[in-house]
Order: sequence, then C-alpha cells, then structure tokens
Amino acid sequence: MSTMTDPPKESFKLGMLIYDTRYRSITIQIVALIGFLILAGWLINNTINNLAVLGKPIDFTFLRDPAGYDINQRLIDYNSQSSHWRATVVGLLNTLLVAVLGCITATVVGVIVGVLRLSNNWLVSRLMTVYVEMFRNVPVLLWIVFTMAILIETLPAPRDFRGEDPEASMLLFDSVALTNRGVYVPEPLFSRGLGDLPILPDTDSPACAIPEDGGPVSDSCGMFQISLDFLLIAAVFLAGLYASSKIRQRADRIQNETGDRPTTWYLRLGVVLIPTLAVLAALGFHLGMPELKGFNFQGGIYLRNSLIALWLSLSLYTAAFIAEIVRAGILAISKGQTEAAAALGLWPNRIMSLVILPQALRVIIPPLISQYLNLTKNSSLAIAVGYMDLTGTLMGITLNQTGRELETVLMGMLVYLSISLAISAGMNLYNQRVKLVER
Amino acid sequence: MKKTVLVGALAVAGLSAGVAGAATLDDVKARGKLNCGANTGLVGFAAPNANGEWEGFDVAFCRAVAAAVLGDPTAVEFIPTTGKTRFTALASGEVDLLARNTTWTFTRDIDLKFEFVGVNYYDGQGFMVPKELGVSSAKELDGATVCIQTGTTTELNLADFFRANNISYEPVPVETDNEAQQQYLAGACDAYTTDASGLAAVRATFEAPGDHILLPEIISKEPLGPLVRHGDNDWGDIVRWTLNALISAEELGITSANIDELSSGTDNPEINRILGTEGSLGEMLGLDAEWAKRAIKAGGNYGELFEKNVGETTPIGLARGLNAQWTNGGLLYSPPFR
Repeated sequence: MSTMTDPPKESFKLGMLIYDTRYRSITIQIVALIGFLILAGWLINNTINNLAVLGKPIDFTFLRDPAGYDINQRLIDYNSQSSHWRATVVGLLNTLLVAVLGCITATVVGVIVGVLRLSNNWLVSRLMTVYVEMFRNVPVLLWIVFTMAILIETLPAPRDFRGEDPEASMLLFDSVALTNRGVYVPEPLFSRGLGDLPILPDTDSPACAIPEDGGPVSDSCGMFQISLDFLLIAAVFLAGLYASSKIRQRADRIQNETGDRPTTWYLRLGVVLIPTLAVLAALGFHLGMPELKGFNFQGGIYLRNSLIALWLSLSLYTAAFIAEIVRAGILAISKGQTEAAAALGLWPNRIMSLVILPQALRVIIPPLISQYLNLTKNSSLAIAVGYMDLTGTLMGITLNQTGRELETVLMGMLVYLSISLAISAGMNLYNQRVKLVER
Repeated sequence: MKKTVLVGALAVAGLSAGVAGAATLDDVKARGKLNCGANTGLVGFAAPNANGEWEGFDVAFCRAVAAAVLGDPTAVEFIPTTGKTRFTALASGEVDLLARNTTWTFTRDIDLKFEFVGVNYYDGQGFMVPKELGVSSAKELDGATVCIQTGTTTELNLADFFRANNISYEPVPVETDNEAQQQYLAGACDAYTTDASGLAAVRATFEAPGDHILLPEIISKEPLGPLVRHGDNDWGDIVRWTLNALISAEELGITSANIDELSSGTDNPEINRILGTEGSLGEMLGLDAEWAKRAIKAGGNYGELFEKNVGETTPIGLARGLNAQWTNGGLLYSPPFR
C-alpha cells in the first residue's frame, strides 16, 4: 500500500516565462509573432498611406468601367464595351483552358515517356533520354517563343489557299486547315438544337428579355451561357459510362465466383455509344466546315497559334519532368514485384499496368501535384505569344489602361493562389485514394 | 516562407517609398546619370545602333535633358520599356523621364498621375497592309487579322474604329514592334496598326518597303510627348522647358553650327535669354545659365533632330507635316522665353 501525496503546488511567476524551459519557447514564438505582425502592419499601412498621398487610394470600382479593348479568344460573350471585370473573367477562362489542356497532355506524354525511358530497347530509351534532357534544360519561355516562331514561319498564310492553283490546300477531305494563324477544324452543329441556358442571368437587364418571336435570349444575357445540347450529350455519355462500369463489376463478380470472365466488351461499348449516337442524331448533328471567306477562314473551330504554341510547349516541357517522376516511381518498386508477377505468368505490359504502376502511383502523385502547379503558373508566360490569359487581360491591358497596379496585381495573385490551392486539394484527395492502405 | 513574405512586403513598401520621394532633380544629380525610359527598339525614335549606342528622336531628347541637367549628353541610362511596362517603370521611379512615343491622353495625365510636358511629335494611328492584299481603305478590312501592340492607346482606337464602322476584326496582341514585324511579314496578320510614324519606321527596315502601303485613314489623334511623374513640378518644369528650348531654337534659328557664335551675344534678347547671356532663366529652374545652350548643342534644335533621325533624308522619310513650326503651317509653337 502506498500513499499518494500531492506535489507541492507551484505558484506562477512572471519570470518563469523566460527562465522556465516549459514556457520559454512559447514566449519566444509569441514575441516573434507580435514583432512580425507589427512589421507587416507597418508595411501595409505605409503602402496605403503612400498611395493615398499619391492620390491613388486602393479602389476596385474600375472593374465596372467598360474595358474598351477587344480580346481575340473569348470563351464567353465579350466585346469592347464589356466591363474590366468581364475581361478578367475572359482571361481567367483562357488561363484555365490552357492549364487543363496542358495538364492532361503533359500527363499522357509524361507517363508514356517515363515508361519508355526504362524500355529494354536501346534506341527507344535513348531517344526518350534525349527528349527529357532537351526539354528539361531549356527555359520554358524559349520553348514557347520557339514553337510560335515555327508555327508562324513554316505554315502557309490563309492567302496561300486562294486561287486556281493554290500553294496550300486543306487536309482530310477539306475539313482541316493548317495556317500560320492557327488551325481550323470542323465544329459540331445541331440543326435541331435546344438553345442555351444563361447562367447567373440578370433578369433586369434588357439583354435577358425574351424576344417577341420566342427565339433564344441574346448572347449577352447572364454571366455566360451553357449549351443545353452539350449538357444533354454529356449526361447521356456519363450515364453510359456508369452503366458500363456496372457491367464490368458484374463481370468481376462472375470471374471471382466461377473463374470464367464473360465477354462483355460489345455490351460495354454499346451502352456508351448507342444512346449517345441516338441523341446526336435526334439533335440533328452535323459538322460545320471551315471555309476561306475574305481575309480568313470562317466557320469551324479556330485554334489560334498562340493557344497551340503555349499548350504544346507547356505540356512538352512539363511532360519531361513528369517522365522523370514516373521513372523514379517505377524504379522505387522493388524488382521482386516484377519477377513475382512474371512468375505468375503475366505479360510485361500487364505487369506494368496491374502490378507496378498502381504501386508506383503513391510515389508519383505528390511530386506530380507540384508539376501541375508549375504548369498552371507557367501559363502566365502567355503574353510572349500574345495569348490573352489572366496576365494579359487583368494584369496587362486593364492594368495599363487604368493604372491600378496594386489592385490588379493583388487580384491576379489571389486568383493564381486559388487555382493552385484548388489543384492541390483535388490532387491530395486523389492521393488519399491511391495511397497504400496500411494495416 | 516567412522570410519571402517579408522581403516581398519590403519591396512593396520600398516601391511606394520611392514614389513618395519628390526631388527628382537632386536624385539625378546625385546619381550623375539620367534614367530615361525608351522604346525597346523603334528605328528612328529609339534603337541601339551597330555600336550599341542608343540613337533616335526620343533618345536625342533624353540626351538634351541630360546635357541641360548634368552637362553631359552621354550621361543617360536608357531603360527599354514595352508598351505594357512603361507606366509602371515611370510610376515606380525606375526612370526619371519617359520618352517613348507615348500618347498624351486625359486618363494618363489625370488618372495615371503623370505629367506630360508637351508634344514632341504630332501623330495619328494608321494601318499598313501588303500591296498584294488589294486593300485601299481601312474600311475594307472587315474580318481581317490585325497585329497590334498591347497596352497602347492604339488598342482602344482600333476597337472604337471597327465598332463605329460596324465591321469585325481579329486582334493579334504583340508586345514589341519586332514581334509585330515577324507576324506581319509572315502573313500571320493581314494588317499592322500603330502610329503612322511608327509604321513608316517599321516599313523602312523591311527588305522590300515598296511592297507595303500605308492606308489613307488616320483614325486617331496621337500627340506623342515625354512625360514625368505627377507631384514633382520642378522636375517637370525642367523637362518641359528643355523641350521648349529645342523648339524655340529652331524658330529663332539657333543651330548646333552657329550656337557658339550666337552665345557671344546677339541683338535678339530672346536668343540671349535662352542661351543665358541675359537674364537669369537657368537660375529660376534651379540650373545654371547655360542649361539650354548645352541642351541645344547636344544634338541640335528640334528641326535638326527631326531631319537627322526621322526626316526625309533618312530611310524612315517622314515629312514635317503637322510637326513643322507654326510659322510654316505646322503645330509647333513654343511659349516665349521671357
């Protein structure tokens, strides 16, 4: 039996904040934090005061003024009378467009190159090494400018397509035109389309009044418009994919129970394709071909040189880094895994896709996130080829015409920060899913 | 991480502190060099020559200011700026003076907080197209692809012009004249638009200038002039009256050839006042008596600068037009030195 005695109660003295090791580190941190906050506050205050003295207090009302300039590539309706705010959104969408396209292409190319770099074929692996080293070791700005120069200097101008015996001609049954202004490809059109759905419509604005003939509302109604045709097709397609995955799960179950896998590829293909094609036919789907009219090709989808140059060079540049990450991820998996899978009788390509890559993913994903972030941030080099991204509109022309340096740059930084954090969050979620589950 | 934030914030504060500092003249004198914002390369106005020395009409003005303030026309640091970066460079104090084909507009003067000291070239926006395009008027450019320098007034004029005429176009924004030339010559744009003087300067550098024409429409007024920051009136006065001295010198017949002879004294009191042999104008500006003499001597009077850099004897071949003295039917009219 033992008796417990209360420890002598210690009274707290102010000096203990410095002399007692239990409190000292906290004291130092708090003092440092206060000092930092004071300094930051002083800097911000100083900036605001100086701007006020200069007669330029921080003020965001310029965003409502008409922008006055035109933007060539606009994913939502925009003209020179639209506000600076709308120009900002147009630029933001252009940034997002090139970032998404770039990330997808970079991933596909990067994974292929990374795997091929480990190929046993001497020529293939050396070629991939050359690719990786070439792209990784030259600044991306040079690649962007170089790609643009190649597109401008080597492809024919639209006027070369003209005349009886033109110097250049369109490809693929006159459906695709490669010019030094960009690439024109056929666009999907619907003869029995459902019209557009305005998003965030401002019901008070005259643009949103329904015309007397009952036709669709004007393009300038709402923040932007989404094509109902597109929504319908996407919904049907996704439903098809869902049905297809159900069929696969059933096949897996049967294989687990009986050992035989039923042949399902035609069913799976059918549930995706047939409803989608039926909807396309019902909407009166046809292709609008680009045609040379006046100075330029008209009709079709116009992929501008600036977009292509930026997209290609950003994705090839980033793909070189992703290839190295993929290679490192694969090499991180012990050779025993490959040998064990081979011993089970798997083919090399199935070993890669079923055994190695799933395990390599947990090594690959975290550095991949920072590559996506890099690509998105590098897209701000767009102005080098005249691509009107966020840096070109908000932090370029708007800044220049309104003289609101601090406001526009702060907004730009905030937007890039939000995009980057969103990408990180999304990829971290994915990482949680593929992470090796520890038991 | 904290450190980067700190450094960034310090930079912001430093920037604004630099803006608030007023006496540009003292800064320039202490530095011994004038920081002059120039074009990144526009032959005739501002471009480095084969020896790497900056040359041109705007460059000569910077040299005249340097000669007036520092006594040495070569004491200039030329800082190349694009249409986009020029105002930030001036507002942040990176340059003391911006002489870069900049159009004097209300918002730049009032809203951007700059001070235009005058007009050194009366210009207007034009279009250049290849002859083979068969276009004779800008109104025929419906649907055309137009190369344009981003961050300029021309961008806004272009939007207004096409909107007013209810025709469409496809803008191709470029950063510098060189990029525009590359795209234009390769046929990636049908037309190139900028100030007519700039078009003439660009065309002069082409291999076959005769294959390109300037369309007759001048779609805007573009009074180009040097500018300084708002708020330092003493410095603004020095730059303004240097420009006026160059213009008055031409009107009064002071040239780089006869200036030494004239500065020994003449019968014309205004010439004497400009050259500092009479009155105390230089002192009022905070400079010495011979400031204007040095400025004129640096490259010659306005007319000489014009002829040497962009005039009809040069490849650029611009006529004086609106830029002749008021006595010859032009718009150049300097206030009197009195």
